[in-house]
Amino acid sequence: MPLLEAAGVSKIFGKLTALDGAALTVGENEFHGLIGPNGSGKSTLMKCIAGAEVPTQGKVSFINTDITAFTPTERARAGMSLKFQITSVLPSLTLYDNILLALQAQSSLLDLVFSRTRGLLHDQVMTMLTQFRLADRAFDPAAALSHGQQQWLEIAMALAGKPKLLLLDEPTGGMSLEERRVTGELLQPIKKHCSLVIVEHDLDFIRDICDRLTVLDQGKVLASGTVSEIQANKAVQEIYLRRA
Amino acid sequence: MPKSMGAVKQAIPAEIGGETDAVMGSSGAAAEAVAGRKILPIVEGVVLVAALLAPLVLQDYLTVFATRVIILALFALSFDLVWGYAGIMSFGQALFFGSAGYGVALLARDLDITNIFLVLPAGTIIGLTFALLLGGFLLLGRHPSSVIFVSLGTLTGSYAADRLARGWYYLGGQNGIPSIAPMTLGGYEFSEGPPFYYLVLGILVVVYLLCRFLVRSQFGLALAGLRENEQRIAFFGYKVQHLKAIIFAIGGAVAGLAGSLYAFHEGFVWPNMVGVVVSTQVVLYVLFGGSGTLIGAVIGAVIVEGVSFWLSDNYRDIWPIILGLLLLLVILFRPLGLISFVLGERERVGSFGAKIKEKRDAAP
Repeated sequence: MPLLEAAGVSKIFGKLTALDGAALTVGENEFHGLIGPNGSGKSTLMKCIAGAEVPTQGKVSFINTDITAFTPTERARAGMSLKFQITSVLPSLTLYDNILLALQAQSSLLDLVFSRTRGLLHDQVMTMLTQFRLADRAFDPAAALSHGQQQWLEIAMALAGKPKLLLLDEPTGGMSLEERRVTGELLQPIKKHCSLVIVEHDLDFIRDICDRLTVLDQGKVLASGTVSEIQANKAVQEIYLRRA
Repeated sequence: MPKSMGAVKQAIPAEIGGETDAVMGSSGAAAEAVAGRKILPIVEGVVLVAALLAPLVLQDYLTVFATRVIILALFALSFDLVWGYAGIMSFGQALFFGSAGYGVALLARDLDITNIFLVLPAGTIIGLTFALLLGGFLLLGRHPSSVIFVSLGTLTGSYAADRLARGWYYLGGQNGIPSIAPMTLGGYEFSEGPPFYYLVLGILVVVYLLCRFLVRSQFGLALAGLRENEQRIAFFGYKVQHLKAIIFAIGGAVAGLAGSLYAFHEGFVWPNMVGVVVSTQVVLYVLFGGSGTLIGAVIGAVIVEGVSFWLSDNYRDIWPIILGLLLLLVILFRPLGLISFVLGERERVGSFGAKIKEKRDAAP
């Protein structure tokens, strides 16, 4: 049974059909890349999975539960996590507090009011920050980080709740080559406990870290398969050549 | 809410050089945050000492005025919790203040209940209940409601309550309820003057400390997330609507407590007390003093009321215009309020993890 299954997902904005019966299946501990030309519906599909948009048609299942109508909060509690395309770290809070905020989301109200989990979560906060190479900046406000570091912080925040599935929308957008390489390294270890759906323009990056790829074109699935299958696919080569 | 990073740059000496400083001027801020809060406790201490000494130096009629101001400062705290910490724009805070005032006035008039241990909890519960009802309606939906919806909803609630009070004979109509019996404790009657002043000041200090505890707890961190990016924290799994309804209700309870004190102190309640004018007044206190600091709300209430008092004495006809201009100037040039003259952005936001870090570092 796959971890995530989206089937026949359509999304219509007024006259624009952003998605037209798209599908996506992701297994456990699988890194799945979602690629396609601009406007092919990658981000919209991502949003339908994350709950930021409600599909006009179709169904999204997660761990055998139909979550199509779940709110983002309900999805998060079910084990799904999202990193937005636009970085949305909380700029005036420190890095430490950004991570703590993500970690303590599961704490009960009384625990929060009496700060009962603050001590317990301290080590986890520092571990996350160390893992993402941000520990020495723990008490800087997030606004002071470089763009690439903000993206890492956000990935760390998205992973804080130990999700089963992480959705990453263009994690390397605006990053330098070196930062991209590090991002790839940072993502590798999470494979042990988490699946990944990743939307990304950088095909080299996708090829390096993903197990399977789904190619979207004009809101439809053009092809889906392992990285080598997709690379050999004629139709895929064509759309990329056509737009290049 | 405007988030001026400019204020940060000004307030922070460049202790640590390097590229990060060039980017945001923030390493100094981080050092400040780790070292803990510095300026805020000083400001709080100064305000407390001034408040404790006030009746000793003020003439009697000014002590009465100062008591009223302290009650309004308590009311301002309620708005700061809701807006300054949770980012909920409540333009109807007087609804909770005034309905509690009317509630305790009715208890005194119709049931002869004036015991302080009955009327103050009653007023608090009235404020809490109304806030739960209105907040439940405005804030608890499957999806978070917009700022505009909430501000118009609370404004409408306050306006409707004002109209209702004016038209309802039982509540005294336009005249309100006059000559409320004094609040009592056993055989003692709290009349205007130093004892009432110190009672109110004591209550303010206790409520202030409770609020301070709350906003610096992990719950306070959740509120900071709510204020900064509500959608983001919903994706973490926070029940955003519940958080909002809770803080809104707490704000209502504090406003209710203030309202019941106000009713007994003034000796009467009237429709304005639930209306838009008082609702707006409390917004001004907090914006003027500086939101999201608690002490800023207190300072705002004291200064706005103090300045109006002085102006109305000396410029009988044009004082509202002068006051209006002053408020505009502050809001235009000091969007973070008067407190931002001494308080940097980093310290205002605070660091929720710094304390635990210090503890760990101190341990062997």
